[in-house]
Amino acid sequence: MDKDDLFKYVLALGDDALILGQRLSEWAYKAPFLEEDIALSNISLDMFGRANLYLEYATSLNGCDTTADDLAFKRNEREFTNHLLCEQPNGNFADTMVRQFFLDVFNKLFLEKLIESNNSQLSAIAQKSIKETTYHFRHSSKWIIRLGFGTPESHTKVQSAINNLWLFTEELFEMNKNDIQIADQNIGVDCRELKPAWNNTVNNILAEATLNRPEDGHMITGGRQGIHTEHLGHMLSDMQYLQRAYPDAKW
Amino acid sequence: MSKNKMPLWEVFIQPKTGVQFQHAGSLHASDKEMALQNARDLYTRRQEGTCIWVVKAEHIVSSNSEDREPFFDPADDKVYRYPTFFKVSKKAKGL
Repeated sequence: MDKDDLFKYVLALGDDALILGQRLSEWAYKAPFLEEDIALSNISLDMFGRANLYLEYATSLNGCDTTADDLAFKRNEREFTNHLLCEQPNGNFADTMVRQFFLDVFNKLFLEKLIESNNSQLSAIAQKSIKETTYHFRHSSKWIIRLGFGTPESHTKVQSAINNLWLFTEELFEMNKNDIQIADQNIGVDCRELKPAWNNTVNNILAEATLNRPEDGHMITGGRQGIHTEHLGHMLSDMQYLQRAYPDAKW
Repeated sequence: MSKNKMPLWEVFIQPKTGVQFQHAGSLHASDKEMALQNARDLYTRRQEGTCIWVVKAEHIVSSNSEDREPFFDPADDKVYRYPTFFKVSKKAKGL
């Protein structure tokens, strides 16, 4: 196993968690009501914790003395390899919940497989994370049902969030050459195999919520190659401001 | 969503298996599942509990302040009701 290939693989998983965590943290003190504010912050912190585990592990693989903080705060947009769905703006509450729901369903399936990894580090991270994600899924799926069933306005908003974010879902199941190689060695997960189960859960929850599953149309990918939507750069300028303005600042 | 449209719930947490539930606080939620999840997020962030009860505040019957004297004062000269006259077994835990 080439350490550099594994580094790229782990880095991408870390980026997914970090970017989603940062997005969720933008809700802090702005959520629709106090209880949900704390719930979203909790999920955000879970994602930051997970990012830290992946990025710490990544630093042990790249042979340089970079730290997890360097990876988070000193890379440019094109060096991030997170899924595009993670970086999509919070929008309204329904937009955030649909993004979370799609990712929670995916992460649950992904982590269940990653537990079986023959890489003990990745397996351990997955075992810790699956418990968190099981709860995140419970939280977001109940919200999808609540919003779908809620008022005509909440129904319209959650349906339009589903329609708007749908084109980022195909990327979750994409496998590049490196991913395939790492999955073949039973270190990583073959995401292509997760799609039927993802479809099944998403279809069931959408049906329960009286919401429509959009037709598969044009899909956007590129995150894993560092080609992002216009939103990531703006987000990073916020997230990285302090380390960029005051390098190595500590508090 | 306006919070005053959502009912108030009271939260009880069981710190350890087998011991009694304790009142932890209150919260707003629109349904049972949301109440349970909010209770988990608000009151068990630091491993405070192993089980949660939530109950709509309107279902709790409370005594009034004018009940205080007839309810509680008659107990103030009945020291024999305290269990301090008994020796506590060393084996008894969780008292």
